[in-house]
Amino acid sequence: MTALLVAVVIASLGSYALKLAGVSLPESVLADPTVQRIAGFLPIAMLTALVVVELADGGGRWSLDWRVAVGVAAGIIALLFRAGVLVVFVVAVTVTALLRLLV
Amino acid sequence: MTMGSSARAYPAVLRAAIGLGVYAGMFGATFGAVSVGSGLTIGQTMILSLVMFSGASQFAFVGVAAAGSPWAAIPAALLLGARNAFYGVPIAEILSPRGWRRLVTAHFVIDETTAMAVGQAEPRAKRYAFWATALILFTLWQTGSLVGALLGAAVDPERFGLDAAAPAVFLALLWPSLRTRSGQIVAVAGGLLALLLIPVAPAGVPVIAAVAVAVIAGLARR
Repeated sequence: MTALLVAVVIASLGSYALKLAGVSLPESVLADPTVQRIAGFLPIAMLTALVVVELADGGGRWSLDWRVAVGVAAGIIALLFRAGVLVVFVVAVTVTALLRLLV
Repeated sequence: MTMGSSARAYPAVLRAAIGLGVYAGMFGATFGAVSVGSGLTIGQTMILSLVMFSGASQFAFVGVAAAGSPWAAIPAALLLGARNAFYGVPIAEILSPRGWRRLVTAHFVIDETTAMAVGQAEPRAKRYAFWATALILFTLWQTGSLVGALLGAAVDPERFGLDAAAPAVFLALLWPSLRTRSGQIVAVAGGLLALLLIPVAPAGVPVIAAVAVAVIAGLARR
């Protein structure tokens, strides 16, 4: 087994364990307001960090492919027009692919 | 009377569940293509869709793993999946699952099933909404993932701009959270911290460090 496959299996089983804990733990453990606020902020902070890493991490140093940046910027414009995830995906990917093809 | 109004609610619930399922199928295809483009095999991609079965966690896993760090991908996926544990509280109340039923129910506790179940007025409609959404969405998510993975394996991902897919999808996922001031502050702080850490920290750490931002923001009095 490769390290990647082992990591896939551990993360997948861990994800299930979190769901199982949610339907099994006494409510008082998860009902704490501070715990709930942190849980609400977790995906916001982490998803933003993921976007930054996807855009600017060239293997441990800053690097930005301007075609990808323009593609994602086009996706943001789609979001401003209330587009859903799929439209944003199509716009970002299409713009990036076209820039690679033409420029 | 109760039975009658429940029965009338069911077609509407089913229509909404099918709508979510169609969306999940296309989103699943996106994931499949991004995952294979990130260097995972089709089999590894399907383990994530079948067993992890939580969209944002799956994207986070392949995003961090693609940066070269499969071990950092584990906490990244689990920390993003932590919200599913919190969904378990209302779901346990609605379904009161016991024994083996609890083991099965737990697997389907995600954003969409929770929103659909909590959104119904009556207990029977809540249970129906949970299971209708769970079964339709699970089936189409798997189908979409497999189709996307097969297509992603057949093409050169960069040529088709698929390296722009992950950041665009993450942005779209967090977009609704940016309506509040606190959401905006947490997002900017998490992004800035990641940016500063890229040249100095090992792969995966810039994403996991964002947890500190969430904890500090959660502890701070508003």
